[in-house]
Amino acid sequence: MTAGEVLCKQVSVFLENKSGRLAEVCQTLGRAEINIRALCIADTSDFGILRLIVDQPDEAVAVLQAEGFSVGSTGVLALRIPDRPGGLGTVLGQLQEEDVNVEYMYAFFITIAGDAVVLFKVEDPMVDTTLALLERAGVKVLTAEEVYRL
Amino acid sequence: MAYGDDAVTLSRDEIDALQVQALRETLERARRAPAYADRLSDISPNDIRGPEDVRRLPLTGKDDLRAGMPWGFLAAPRRDVVRMHYSSGTTGLATAVFHTRGDLERWAQCVARGMLAAGVTEDDVFQNMMGYGLFTGGLGFHYAGELIGCMTIPAGSGNTERQIHLMQGFGSSVLHIIPSYALRVLHVCEGEGIDPHADLSVRVIFVGGEPHSEQLRRRIEDGFGAKVYNCYGLSEMCGPGVAMECAQQHGLHVCEDHYLAEVLDPETLEPVPPGELGELVLTTLCREAMPLLRYRTRDIVHVIEGECPCGSRHARISRIEGRSDDMLVVRGVNVYPLQVERALLDFDEVGRNYVITLDRPADLDRMTVAVELAQAGFADEMRRLNALRERICRRLRSELDLGVEVELHEPGALPVSEGKAVRVIDRRNQET
Repeated sequence: MTAGEVLCKQVSVFLENKSGRLAEVCQTLGRAEINIRALCIADTSDFGILRLIVDQPDEAVAVLQAEGFSVGSTGVLALRIPDRPGGLGTVLGQLQEEDVNVEYMYAFFITIAGDAVVLFKVEDPMVDTTLALLERAGVKVLTAEEVYRL
Repeated sequence: MAYGDDAVTLSRDEIDALQVQALRETLERARRAPAYADRLSDISPNDIRGPEDVRRLPLTGKDDLRAGMPWGFLAAPRRDVVRMHYSSGTTGLATAVFHTRGDLERWAQCVARGMLAAGVTEDDVFQNMMGYGLFTGGLGFHYAGELIGCMTIPAGSGNTERQIHLMQGFGSSVLHIIPSYALRVLHVCEGEGIDPHADLSVRVIFVGGEPHSEQLRRRIEDGFGAKVYNCYGLSEMCGPGVAMECAQQHGLHVCEDHYLAEVLDPETLEPVPPGELGELVLTTLCREAMPLLRYRTRDIVHVIEGECPCGSRHARISRIEGRSDDMLVVRGVNVYPLQVERALLDFDEVGRNYVITLDRPADLDRMTVAVELAQAGFADEMRRLNALRERICRRLRSELDLGVEVELHEPGALPVSEGKAVRVIDRRNQET
């Protein structure tokens, strides 16, 4: 599998910590009939980054920019991790052995045939290395198209 | 031997006569500065017959000083210059001030006059807690303390625990300090279980460098069990020592043998009626390296009428009651919003809009600059956004000589930069 096939476009939004801003992002996406499939928020005392996996990432970036949000799109990998104790630890251990640094990760709410779907952000130059090692380790990686349709 | 000063006993007529003579000499010296040469071609020393004839001379503004950088206002040969001070900033807004050896001696005499009026003697231990360096607050008082014969401790600003340690260890009896920092020292004393009344020997405190209220003065006096005297100055004149309070604590006596003071309406530039608020405009009378004519200080004061019971006939001005421009004083450092604006231009990652908020948590000024993250600055990772914020902090710190906090906001969150947007929110006086 190539990086182009598997890197999902994650939509990232800069948010200052002000009440109502998260709701406005979600409402903007809702009006555009864009469905949110997974999300996480990283924040400090005064601002945060909202990270979203949606079914139509390009459209999401466009409508959010049109509303004046600071928006970016970032490639992340969606891995199928066996949904059992130690499943995630094994994969992370393998990544660590090859010096692949996971910058952040978060999970989908749904599972596929008993596997959890976890999103990983690795440094861009490490994507191919990561894919090769995941293949050797037998970890299934979803394609971007599969992710958007989840 | 104790240091004395005869000029405090001059009568009003003697001061006037002295000012006329000094003004004529200043006019002649100022002509040698390239920035003044053309502007003074129509005026002869003979046109100066009374102190009020200073109004025949052109006004000088901060913008003139900037335009004259670096040497335009230097009226003496460069080899005669022994010191230079410099205002903060690297964006083309900074100005330099030059001194000859004689200028430095007279500066020390002006400050010493105020210290003597407050009862300082050679038996005092003087802890000078103002910043040394390009800022004039530290060095300005340092040489005056030595001139009087005090044991002078060049403590500088900051490192509060050590400051208190010095006060305790060496019995410091006289301090020179920024008023907000004095409150900070009191806080730290409280935290360390030190009672300034019982454990310290401070009896006289000179405060300056930032505007402050009478209530703040009383808080510092009560906290230390000392008398607090207000001191006024600005680097363009010399630094501290242009005007200082006497033991009456009612108005600051201008050193009128060194400075000619006018109080003008900042709009019409005509003199205001005696006792009314106006902008203080100062002319140096003895300055050799850099005579300045009718310099607009932008500080709003009023003249205190009547004769001071202390006996000095040198005119008194009130504490600074405002500014006629947008300059801010933060922890004793002068800040112009334009400096912030120009520094932000270096960052494509943020927009042009900004808001400066000033507050005073724990009695210490804090300046926060809010900026908008531009699309070019967007990063998906916290550490990159924090790194951007850190870079902006460093840039502003080097520009302003002041630590500031930076807040990142969404585009459109701040008022737009055109028109009369509110750029500065000052909440400091709500908390003191």
